[in-house]
Amino acid sequence: MKNRFLFLVVFSLLLVASSVVMAEDVIKIGVFEPMTGPFAVGGELSMMGYKLAQEHNPTVLGKKVELIVVDNKSDKVEAANAVERLINNHKVVAILGSYSSGLSIPGGEVADKAGIPMLTATATNPLVTMGKDYVFRACFIDPFQGSAVAKYAYNNLGLRKAALLVDVAQDYSVGLANFFKKTFEKLGGEIVTNLKYQTGDQDFSAQMTEIINSGAEVLFFPGYFGDVALIAIQGRELGFKGAYMGGDTLDNPKLLEIAKEHAEGVVATSFYHPEAPATTEISINFVKSFKEKYGENPNAVSVMTYDAYNLLLDAIERAGSTDPNAIRDALAATEGFVGAAGTITIDENGDAIRPAVVLKVKDGAFHYEATINP
Amino acid sequence: MSLSIFLQNIANGLSLGSLYALIAIGYTMVYGILRLINFAHGDIFMLSTYFVFYGILIFSLPWWLSFIIAIILTAFTGMLTERIAYRPLRKAPKISLLISAIGVSFFLENAGVVVFSGIPKSFARPELFDTMLIFKDIRISTINIVSFIISIIFLMALLYIVYKTKTGLAMRAISVDVETSKLMAIDVNKTISITFGIGSALAAVGGVLWALKYPQIFPFMGIIPGLKAFIAAVVGGIGNIPGAMLGGFILGLTEIMLVGFMPELSGYRDAFAFLILILILLFKPDGLLGKNVQEKV
Repeated sequence: MKNRFLFLVVFSLLLVASSVVMAEDVIKIGVFEPMTGPFAVGGELSMMGYKLAQEHNPTVLGKKVELIVVDNKSDKVEAANAVERLINNHKVVAILGSYSSGLSIPGGEVADKAGIPMLTATATNPLVTMGKDYVFRACFIDPFQGSAVAKYAYNNLGLRKAALLVDVAQDYSVGLANFFKKTFEKLGGEIVTNLKYQTGDQDFSAQMTEIINSGAEVLFFPGYFGDVALIAIQGRELGFKGAYMGGDTLDNPKLLEIAKEHAEGVVATSFYHPEAPATTEISINFVKSFKEKYGENPNAVSVMTYDAYNLLLDAIERAGSTDPNAIRDALAATEGFVGAAGTITIDENGDAIRPAVVLKVKDGAFHYEATINP
Repeated sequence: MSLSIFLQNIANGLSLGSLYALIAIGYTMVYGILRLINFAHGDIFMLSTYFVFYGILIFSLPWWLSFIIAIILTAFTGMLTERIAYRPLRKAPKISLLISAIGVSFFLENAGVVVFSGIPKSFARPELFDTMLIFKDIRISTINIVSFIISIIFLMALLYIVYKTKTGLAMRAISVDVETSKLMAIDVNKTISITFGIGSALAAVGGVLWALKYPQIFPFMGIIPGLKAFIAAVVGGIGNIPGAMLGGFILGLTEIMLVGFMPELSGYRDAFAFLILILILLFKPDGLLGKNVQEKV
């Protein structure tokens, strides 16, 4: 322990926290997600998964689970505040969230300092868990995703010249673009132009004109769905004929709703797709109950948060107590947890090792193309 | 950079600039008369797109009718904010008015989140505005041409109102001296109300054209266009109507050309816009077309 005093403070805080929870006879789990702001759709999809999971598994250790949801407003500072509030005001024993790496990094820092375990379902940037003992994730990380999508572009689609359009305000976007670039160049491909924008920009005509001019065969745009939808529209309008590719954030119904026919042919890596060979009973059951509850096909974000909730409950069950340190150790020891989106094994960094699926937009919907194993 | 790419960039810049110009005109008009920087202008702009959205979605109005109704509703919203948030402060120091404007801006944004939800919505584009015109290598969307023409038309109309009508005369009189205008039997409240109505209607026209071009609407969409329009108005000389138009086009072209000529700087686009603002404020605070007016003591 680096700092004995801090340890003591944290430890006594935890004692207080756990005694409060014991007294109330419910187990409080904090959730921080973007319910408003540009990533609100991500937050909404995340909540769909948590809620369904809570319906299926409402208790752990014989006590009721109470989810305390705090909006992080798609804002990095608010994300840290949200976690602070969950820990100090609500005395939660563990935290789920958040959609977006940029929000999970500051949130995770607060949780890690306070010694409360946090589990994110979909934040893929390596920095989310790096150097943090109490932060875990249920998804793969961007070095794997970036290299998977670069290999798919080079080997399966035969593309050699790529352009990048990166959201410099998002850790996720900058990270994933770099990992894509590394693998694509190592394979022998060329990055013909590397352009930037910032979250919330709406005019991309100058960037797209430059990209068309560069002769790129594929545009890799690892941004969030809203911005990417506008890029896709403006690119096609200005006459870009190459392929569009991106990461898991593209797998979002809003992208298709906003970009409409201009989203046709978009290729993206993701965590899960209902068309992918369903392996376990739990995934078949998940698809069925999701359709019943929400009247639509499940999406990758909801299935991941569904699994994250269940994994956290499983860890609490294995820990046999609500002591945050015990939960943390149980999460770290996760091996072969069977979720709806596949099996989760947590490695020494707190990251899940699991395959990625490649999806493609055809006739206004994402369809399954391939599975890439780590 | 080849000629065709240069021309394509000019076309992109003019189309972005015409949208900035439309929003900037409304900004500058309110400032010219009330000496108030109406920071809620960008949020009024945002409201107009939601009016169209719900007009089409809930009342199944045809798009053109929905546009017209949205513009009228937005004009009334602008007049209402003036009535509630600015008129009671008419005699207060200018700084209180400015703070009230910032308050209105925050209120509209957050009320938008509550009422419309923070989730972005897809804005329906009628086919007419979704068509690409191709001249050799240059591609221009019909919406770009429409927004360019509309901004010129509204500039003319506004110049006519301000310089050729009685209301315009009253507006100009108020901008010089409110008290004396009252003595000359000018209905100050009514004239200021009309100014806000016209300014907000222009924001609505800008908003609808913006949403047709970038078909994604959300409660915070007005912040950046509002700031850009503010920069455009200052560059042109705040209070000066043709100046706002000029400032809008200059800003639009500069932003696009920055990315065109120096692609590696594309992430600094907004920073560059603010740099222009700072340079103008440092070296030509009255703007390009602004007159150097002595403050009355």
